[in-house]
Amino acid sequence: MILEIKIAMLVLVMVCAVASITIKDLLGAAVVFGTYSFMMCLLWTSMAAVDVAFTEATIGAGISTVLMIAAVFRTTRRTKD
Amino acid sequence: MKRLALFAVILAGVLFAATASEFPRLGDPDSAPSRHLSPAYIHGSKPQTATPNFVTAVLADYRGFDTMFETAVVFLAGMSCFFILRVLRRRGIAEVYYYRHRPTGVVLAMLTPRRISPRSSCFERIDADWTPQDMVVETMCLFMVPFIQVFALYVIAHGHYSPGGGFQGGVLLAASFILVGLSRDLRTVESLLTEKTAILAAAAGVCLYAGTGLLALFFGGNFLDYGAFGPFFGAAVPAARSMGILIVEIGVALTVMATLVTIYKLLSSRGTVEEGL
Amino acid sequence: MHELLTEFANKFHYYGYFAIMMIGLYAMIAKTNLLKKCIGLGIFQTAIMLFYVSIGAKEGAGIPILDPAVGTADPAAYANPLPQVLMLTAIVVSVATLGVALALVQNIHRDHGTIEEDEILKGLRGK
Repeated sequence: MILEIKIAMLVLVMVCAVASITIKDLLGAAVVFGTYSFMMCLLWTSMAAVDVAFTEATIGAGISTVLMIAAVFRTTRRTKD
Repeated sequence: MKRLALFAVILAGVLFAATASEFPRLGDPDSAPSRHLSPAYIHGSKPQTATPNFVTAVLADYRGFDTMFETAVVFLAGMSCFFILRVLRRRGIAEVYYYRHRPTGVVLAMLTPRRISPRSSCFERIDADWTPQDMVVETMCLFMVPFIQVFALYVIAHGHYSPGGGFQGGVLLAASFILVGLSRDLRTVESLLTEKTAILAAAAGVCLYAGTGLLALFFGGNFLDYGAFGPFFGAAVPAARSMGILIVEIGVALTVMATLVTIYKLLSSRGTVEEGL
Repeated sequence: MHELLTEFANKFHYYGYFAIMMIGLYAMIAKTNLLKKCIGLGIFQTAIMLFYVSIGAKEGAGIPILDPAVGTADPAAYANPLPQVLMLTAIVVSVATLGVALALVQNIHRDHGTIEEDEILKGLRGK
């Protein structure tokens, strides 16, 4: 794939990672973690690893995000850190 | 503490980056991992296992031992969640059950559960944090569920020829149950797939995988050598290996689906499996 | 200077992966909220998977499914399937681990009333 797209996706992945650990609202952090998983899936597709991308899209962006949102709803939503 | 952590992390990052000169360059076709074993897998996958998808052939046939233990790890994680979280009664909180009268909207709070027939149109049981359900969202979500399940079964069965296989199909099946749980409530999922059935299905998936390996021992081959089935069923060895891959992928999908649904049910209800998200 | 630039152009993605790995490690060490630590664990795991799969990528290669028009004569036409298989296993194990971690976080919240690490430690030392 074109090199500029790969660089842009790598930068977006880093931005999503930093955002998900900085946001103080835990529900927002869980949703940005789902976005991070989707960008990871795109990165793997650009490396021709389609099985890994399929698995990351279903597991990371689907199940993992739902489990984290369930945990946020059953504990606290704001964090001071 | 945070300054110290930042300093340590930056130091570790710089040390890692200093090793980058030893790694192969971006997109090198002759890098060290691509030299000895992987050309053998690429050449031998279609003639030996009749599977055009190299990843499925390596996952379920050439490295089938790893995948068997990975399935066992997923089952073990489901069991751990069950033993950590499952409580029969919430400690120190009086159980209150809410029943809503459908024609008038009056809600009754009771201290003991009552049995209501599913077809009764007067009272329905609701959660403590119930809000009026949107009929459009619920109907569309329930309409999509059979299509998701058919697609999941296609992904499992077509794993030999396209990206897919047991793990992806199992996760899609679990996602269809979680969609029902999110659009209706957790008691609907519990009635569709009870806890007992889910745990038995997870165990059955692991046993299916290990049982296929043991069956190969009885037929005279090695453990997990699917080619040993061939002569007894009148099929050539590549076709027998392809069938063996399909059977173990079905086992993997069963375990992954049952475990993920169990984990969702336990996490979203704080262990009681009474009221969900 | 010129060879330093070509070296950087060939290896820049490794620096990116190490940066993501260090972001995840920092979140696991420095954040006091338990859910942020779980998120940091997930970031760390996926960065390692990125590193692994990128070693198997080949320029101009197609996906690792047999193409009848191309055949298997030249293995450089297909991406390396072996790292992809190993990382498939790693993704599934990571979601299983996340499920158990979130179950433990819920138990801690039930017993202590909070999921901030310093408040839990203060409550334990006070008793």
